[in-house]
Amino acid sequence: MESAVLKAVDLSAYYGDNLVVKRVNLSVPEGKITAIMGPSGCGKSTLIRCFNRMHELTPVAKIDGKVFLRDEDIYQMNPITVRTRIGMVFQRPNPFPMMTIWDNVIAGYKLNGVKLSRSESSEIVEASLQKAALWDEVKDHLRRRGTFLSGGQQQRLCIARALAVKPDILLFDEPTSALDPKATAHIEELMTQLKKAVTLVLVTHNIAQAGRVSDFIAFLYVGELIEFGPKGQLLTTPKDKKTEEFLAGKFG
Amino acid sequence: MLTAKLDELKRKLTESASLVESMIDKSIRGLTQKDEKLLLEVIEQDEPRENDLEIDIDEACIHVVACYQPQAKGLRTIMMVLKMNNDFERMADEAVNISESALFLIKRPAVKPLIDIPRIAEEAIKMMRDGLASFINEDTTLAHSVCERDDLVDGLRDQILRELITFMASDPETIERSIHLIRISRSLERIADLSTNICEDVIYMAEGKTIKHQRWEERK
Amino acid sequence: MIPLLLIVFYIITNGISSLSWTFLTEIPTPVGEKGGGIANAMVGSFLLVIIAGIPSIPLGIAAGVYLSEHKKSKLAYWGRLATEVLQGTPSIVIGIMAYLWLVVPMGGFSALSGGIALGIMMLPMIIRTTEETLNLVPDSLKEASLALGVPYYRTILRVILPAGLSGIMTGVLISVARIAGETAPLLFTALGNAFMNWNIMKPVNSLPVLIYNYATSPYPEWHRVAWGASCVLVVFVLTLNLVVRIITRRWKVQF
Repeated sequence: MESAVLKAVDLSAYYGDNLVVKRVNLSVPEGKITAIMGPSGCGKSTLIRCFNRMHELTPVAKIDGKVFLRDEDIYQMNPITVRTRIGMVFQRPNPFPMMTIWDNVIAGYKLNGVKLSRSESSEIVEASLQKAALWDEVKDHLRRRGTFLSGGQQQRLCIARALAVKPDILLFDEPTSALDPKATAHIEELMTQLKKAVTLVLVTHNIAQAGRVSDFIAFLYVGELIEFGPKGQLLTTPKDKKTEEFLAGKFG
Repeated sequence: MLTAKLDELKRKLTESASLVESMIDKSIRGLTQKDEKLLLEVIEQDEPRENDLEIDIDEACIHVVACYQPQAKGLRTIMMVLKMNNDFERMADEAVNISESALFLIKRPAVKPLIDIPRIAEEAIKMMRDGLASFINEDTTLAHSVCERDDLVDGLRDQILRELITFMASDPETIERSIHLIRISRSLERIADLSTNICEDVIYMAEGKTIKHQRWEERK
Repeated sequence: MIPLLLIVFYIITNGISSLSWTFLTEIPTPVGEKGGGIANAMVGSFLLVIIAGIPSIPLGIAAGVYLSEHKKSKLAYWGRLATEVLQGTPSIVIGIMAYLWLVVPMGGFSALSGGIALGIMMLPMIIRTTEETLNLVPDSLKEASLALGVPYYRTILRVILPAGLSGIMTGVLISVARIAGETAPLLFTALGNAFMNWNIMKPVNSLPVLIYNYATSPYPEWHRVAWGASCVLVVFVLTLNLVVRIITRRWKVQF
């Protein structure tokens, strides 16, 4: 059994009095892609935002329970540190429009005032863009602003940016919802390559995507974790009736 | 991703087919060379392995459908792999049948020199090999040619049957042995039939055309 | 459009004849004497804008950031209300308030009190444009920065503000253009000065006040000076607006 790099223990999340994530217990295995799948509004985005402590930034948000990053309680850690070790890629690509591609990739360092030598930043930029399968397309345009990039390329730039700070885990919140099928295929292919370097958690409402990309699937319904297992087993012979119904398209 | 999975499935199926081929080969050689060890190997070791492989491939096919929802050629490939898997397993069963009958026969004197059975065996094994090759290379021409040879094998089996009936009619002592020989020739003929099935599946997979249940003249 | 062009045209044609190097570099001469210029008024206007800008630009931007980031808090509600009230307050009322709060306690008119009065007038405009510009910056940028492990204050300073820079600068320059021509509050605070003065604790002349004084005087010579000063003021305001356009076109960030 793979070791768990991230563990949620009795995790609940609230917006005000609204209980959105209900006592979820989840272990994310290291070096694999775990998909969190469920119908719209089931709390999957909220759940992963508890993992990188973004949920608490909303004014009326609250959480209960614990989340462990390799045996460290992330709610006892400095949230800034948590967010550098657990990165996030969003639904809509959001590169910084005022910065060049180069600056975007090392934004995690620059914005924090970390001084990098010329060779250090050059190395980080190239390595991150290579890992994000974007290097060849932009290596001659690093000093241009990223506005000329297509949606898929912008998303890969955001992935490079997240990878540059060398996180343990990357959270993907429906990363291909805003992209066309070809760009989606690129990103899915990229994700299967990335798991050699970093553990991935992918939120998706698209069963087919979960099937193509993931190693493990967690099915979330109305804030509760209904089932978790290897994707082949969960998709062919799910143990819970709700999972079966979701896969059959009865709700979603 | 899907392509890699399909390639893996094809590889596994080829492995299964190779095992079945060796089972048939061993069972015929065990008969002609009166080698009990070979025959027992087929029954006790090879068949369980083939069953495991069959279950493995079945599960893998279902997983691929669940996870990747293949369409068009990918879908046809998976469906035909499932069917071929089944066909190979039945061929393995027939090889076991041959071995069981052979075990009976090698302990007793021969009814007649073994000429026709090795001939039909050779033909059936060739058809099976060609069927597998046509699958691996997606060679529909080869597949068509295999389908055409099925009649030849049927003819050989009928010939053996007629010959053995005359033996049985003249000497009742030979009945039990003859029945085993008939069983073996029937198994070999079934193997040839299954190879034809496989070739029909290959043609469907590669071209999307169904040629099942047609007389072979219509196939041209 | 046409009235604007007519006004501008009229002022420039009437004032252009007064313009000369001496006009721009010398202080006004007493009635009857030839020559003289508006140098002290220009210096005074410059001082007033600086004094107005130094507190109100950072304060206005900060307030704008607060209002944009805290859309629902009670303080934001009252803050927005106060800004609107301030915006609608007549300039002369602000001048009187500055007189009561600054001139009287200080015991005299000064550039400082004039600058502060003008600063108060700049404030609502800067706050408004900053808030509106930052509202246009999508939340996704903020989230992207925070998710990278950048602290909140750095996110505001190094991501959000730069993203809205062109809009904020526009707000600042427009408010400067506006107060450059305000007269009423200055009458109660900076008053005016016939001589060159760099001391902010003393009264100082300014272009609008000079125009007001000289245009209402009976001397045609002074009328000519007033036209010249009006011309300078109009050109200044027009230039600022042009700069705003250039900034917007070159620096505006598309989301």
